[in-house]
Amino acid sequence: MQLIACPWCGEREETEFRYGGQAHVAYPDDPYALDDEQWAQYVFFRDNPKGPFAERWVHSAGCRRWFNALRDTVTHEFLRVYVISAQHPLTTSTAPAAQQRKGQEAI
Amino acid sequence: MTVETPTRYSPLSAWQDALARLPTGVQVRELPFLTQLNLRLQPGSAAAQAVEAALGLTLPGPLRAGMSGDVKLLWMGPDEWLLVAPEGRQHDLVAQLRSAIGDEFATVTDVSAQRTTLALSGHLVREVLAQGCAIDLDPRVTPVGSCLTTVLAQAPITLVVRGDAASSVWLLVRSSFASYLATWLVDACTEYRGGTG
Amino acid sequence: MNSPFRARGHGHIDRDTTLSFTFDGTAYTGHPGDTLASALLANGVHQVARSIKYGRPRGVLAAGAEEPNALVQIEVPFPEPMLTATTVELYEGLVARGLSGQGRLSSRPDTARYDTMHAHCDILVVGAGPAGLAATLAAARAGARVVLVDELPRPGGSLLGTRELLDGVPATAWVSDVAAEIAACSDVRVLQRTTAFGCYDDGLVLALEKRTDHLGAAAPAHISRQRIWRIRAKQVVFATGAYERPVAFDDNDRPGVMLAGSARAYLNRFGVLSGRQAVVFTTNDSVYPAALELADAGLRTAAVIDAREEVPAYWRTACDERGIDVRAGHVVTGTSGIERLSRAHVAAFSHGRLGDRQGIDCDLLLVSGGWNPAVALFSQARGTLDYDAGIGAFVPAQAPGNVRTAGAASGTFTLTGCLADGADAARRALSAIGRTGRTVALPAAAPLPDAAPGRVLWRVPSPRDSPDGSHQFVDLQRDALVADVLRATGAGLRSVEHVKRYTTIGTAHDQGRTSGVMASGIVAEALGMDVAELGTTRFRPPAVPVAFAALAGRNRGELFDPVRVTALHPWHVEHGALFEDVGQWKRPWYYPQAGETMDEAVLRECRAARTGVALMDGSTLGKINVQGPDAGVLLDRLYTNMMSTLKVGRVRYGVMCGIDGMALDDGTVIRVAEQEFLLTTTTGNAARILEWMEEWLQTEWPGLRVHLTSVTEHWATIPLVGPRSRDVLAVVAPGLDVDNDAFPFMSWRDATVAGIPARVCRISFSGELAYEINVPAWDGITVWKALYAAGSAYGITPYGTETMHVLRAEKAYPIIGQDTDGTITPQDLGMSWVVSKKKPDFIGKRSFSREENRRGDRKQLVGLLPADEQVLLPEGAQIIATSSIPAPPVPMLGHVTSSYRSDALQRTFALALVRSGTRRIGETLYVPLDGRTVPVTVTEPVLFDKEGTRRDG
Repeated sequence: MQLIACPWCGEREETEFRYGGQAHVAYPDDPYALDDEQWAQYVFFRDNPKGPFAERWVHSAGCRRWFNALRDTVTHEFLRVYVISAQHPLTTSTAPAAQQRKGQEAI
Repeated sequence: MTVETPTRYSPLSAWQDALARLPTGVQVRELPFLTQLNLRLQPGSAAAQAVEAALGLTLPGPLRAGMSGDVKLLWMGPDEWLLVAPEGRQHDLVAQLRSAIGDEFATVTDVSAQRTTLALSGHLVREVLAQGCAIDLDPRVTPVGSCLTTVLAQAPITLVVRGDAASSVWLLVRSSFASYLATWLVDACTEYRGGTG
Repeated sequence: MNSPFRARGHGHIDRDTTLSFTFDGTAYTGHPGDTLASALLANGVHQVARSIKYGRPRGVLAAGAEEPNALVQIEVPFPEPMLTATTVELYEGLVARGLSGQGRLSSRPDTARYDTMHAHCDILVVGAGPAGLAATLAAARAGARVVLVDELPRPGGSLLGTRELLDGVPATAWVSDVAAEIAACSDVRVLQRTTAFGCYDDGLVLALEKRTDHLGAAAPAHISRQRIWRIRAKQVVFATGAYERPVAFDDNDRPGVMLAGSARAYLNRFGVLSGRQAVVFTTNDSVYPAALELADAGLRTAAVIDAREEVPAYWRTACDERGIDVRAGHVVTGTSGIERLSRAHVAAFSHGRLGDRQGIDCDLLLVSGGWNPAVALFSQARGTLDYDAGIGAFVPAQAPGNVRTAGAASGTFTLTGCLADGADAARRALSAIGRTGRTVALPAAAPLPDAAPGRVLWRVPSPRDSPDGSHQFVDLQRDALVADVLRATGAGLRSVEHVKRYTTIGTAHDQGRTSGVMASGIVAEALGMDVAELGTTRFRPPAVPVAFAALAGRNRGELFDPVRVTALHPWHVEHGALFEDVGQWKRPWYYPQAGETMDEAVLRECRAARTGVALMDGSTLGKINVQGPDAGVLLDRLYTNMMSTLKVGRVRYGVMCGIDGMALDDGTVIRVAEQEFLLTTTTGNAARILEWMEEWLQTEWPGLRVHLTSVTEHWATIPLVGPRSRDVLAVVAPGLDVDNDAFPFMSWRDATVAGIPARVCRISFSGELAYEINVPAWDGITVWKALYAAGSAYGITPYGTETMHVLRAEKAYPIIGQDTDGTITPQDLGMSWVVSKKKPDFIGKRSFSREENRRGDRKQLVGLLPADEQVLLPEGAQIIATSSIPAPPVPMLGHVTSSYRSDALQRTFALALVRSGTRRIGETLYVPLDGRTVPVTVTEPVLFDKEGTRRDG
């Protein structure tokens, strides 16, 4: 039974949470500008890396807030949690030049 | 025509006797029919200030509850509180809050019958809760005034610590889970029936 | 009493009290403090069972949880199988028998209580031996919150089984002092009789406390018999000790063969001498203190057979003084006896060759092949293990930051070392959590001679002519031989994991404590590999057997799963409803009257709803309050149809789809006020849909000014259904204008119903004139009773979910999740009308134009009418095109999703998802059923009141 640190409620047992799949997969700006294959990529395809993976979680049994987490898929370890509005933490750490987008500060 | 006040039934109205027979170390009482309002607003916003001014209270921060007055405020989420007040206040309070909020963005929803409230007290309360609650209720970790929405046994609950070392707590439980939780609590107390209680 | 095998002046047993027990039908006595095994040995009983495969007699090998042989079945006070005699505490009236590998569960329900307790601490110490006690003491003195778990009834661990001295007095005095000191610390919790059996993520350790097992029939019923502790620790110190391992030689399984340290423990813990005449066989020094203590207590010891070429002079001298013959460079090659051991065969062993054999008479053969650190829990915690060639065992290597080992578990085998290691582990654990440990003064152990290295010897060559290793046992419980290991490697297996599964070594209750490392050694030897290279098998929980009853705890019977009930539940119970489980909810299924079958009851309830008036409990429907200036915008994006145009006072049916365009949920939406809507979800989807809506709102559209609040349980919801429903409502809501024009279909009104402020919606899930009355849950029963009373003149009938299903299916109202399976679009359901053409986008819309979703041969919802009007098709039945079943693979056209008997139609009917279903309307298809095929006519899904003439009454 892992502990997951909800950004609001602190560490709680994993059964209080529900997994929401890969994070940072935004709803396309204009779905109708995409052909069927591009749309299918958005609907059906997700990354499946070995190692750090940005995911969406919701604290279902607590504050009901969705948040993002960076989790190592090898060890299951939660490397960090961050609010939905924050940038992908690996984007910021591996590409420091790209991190200064206005209004999107990583926490 | 005169209308007789209809009889209301709280989720645990049938449990009063069973709860009254619990050992003295675990006193459990239902506080039925409390006014409960779901209050949603951004902390620090104009709406928040208006609500705080109208209530004469400060909205508690994360994992905290303000339990001193008649009107209590329980933190439920970063923009969500449960306002708990004595029975029958929902209509006045909704009107008062909505009027204070005015055109600002904040919402109030009457959820008075959504949950019932259990008041637990006694020196065994913390141990009874530890049978089903994974959260550390040691007073150094979870002091008086803590307000945790979590799981007790297999029921979603909101737990408010009112007395030191969790000797007095409120459990707010969804009405449909109330009899399950009561069954669980009474069963949990079996352990303490033999001795000092 | 007269116990020939009890030694005076030894043991922590209460000799003034006698306990009677029965084993294999014979009555014996023992004392409080005994285990079943020690009491049997005290009575001269070695043989406990026969082996599972070969039926060979087996005796007690060990003194603790590592015991491979002595499995017993308790019969009284309550049948319980698969316990080790070495860990069963003796109690008055115990009745047990030996087991040959398998036991028998009780056919009676277990009335004992089992429970669970959560605990939290800074430092969890597992094991109350010298290292664990030193660690606990150090942590306690630093003011840390500590939990100490230990499997024995009293602290001391290995110190209970020896006569070692600390500061010149028996070590148990130090144990008592420490126990007293930590007992006085309010932040230290000591759990004896508690075995940690699983180590999980983030410092969670599960431990089993046997609270009243040792009390037998006297156990108080209100106290839980066993308790699972869920201990969440910031730091864990495994001071789990070590297990002695045997050496394989011919007939090494004979009763009377025992681990040397265990015989020492039987003497010192229980005052039991395990035999009269012993031979000792060792590869290392540890056996000498054991042999000397046993000899001093009266065990005649003929010889110590030491496989090493050199025996330290200190030990040789000590043995000489007691007349014990020490034979260096010798081994035990085998045993003989009629069942019980009567002779050990000894030979010189040099350069891999055996010399001439000589027999030595004995009834006890004490063996030590070295010690294996108890690393199972450490390994579960993702600690890695290294092979230490010096001790011939696996020792902890890399540890996660929250885990450490101490003492013999780390491969430290001296008492002084264990004490220091324990205190040091605590200091490091404290430091890891930012606390400072103080130096703890530790007592001094008696000086020992410098330890000579042990010899790593897995097996002694067999002097027999028979196939190699065919009489040498590795895993005694599994009856697995050295020969089996060689067969595995001969078959080409190169991994210990594979050998484990091929031979079953290490898979029994004892998890290979005495056999695992030996198996690795023999495999390595056979393959000519280094044991380090080969490694050991992975350890997984549970480390010791744990009863399912304990794991279930109090989650059994009515607490197995939460039972959710509505405010009206007591009325349903009172009126004889049978209940259906819908998720965790109990919903009335139907209300049978005396003598009625389910079919009869449901037909009656349907008739009432279609011809008179009926009411049901709809409170379980999910209800979500949607409030804020952008409420309409959010709903427009989530529903397939337009919600923002809904007028205050009106109701609209809506469907939500996933991004793939498949139907997710459906329900009604009412507009409460300009900025407030209330929507309903299906019962089972309430939480999921709220989370779904919140996900979009919080992650994609955080700028929308709208809030979602669950109000499911705030409201009691009562559909009042049937042509006479208006009459009934008029009686209980005299202030409400129920006229069709004043209160039309798909509108709602606030009204006073039975004196209670209510919200009444004119919606229908049956096609009949119907009202849905919503009141605060605590008023539910009052309103229900008032409706019931007012409706009595019209024969008002309560109905359950089964009737609800029949009524809605007659009208082809689908149940998402029953008539759909996640691959069905609204269009497939024949509900294109619910999909907005005007909205530029909504969730699911883009997917509707995917090629796959436009195919003409998609599965579509249709009605099915069996040719035989009495045949009820089973839900889930497949549909085929031909009257005879063709050869496989049989082309399946679809399946039956809903199937009922209809009172209105006076026949059976079904809904089905059928490939190209809409085009097939009018065709005859076939449903294979009970070895034949049932012809069915495909129809439009709506089978009753197609024109919708009944909804206004």
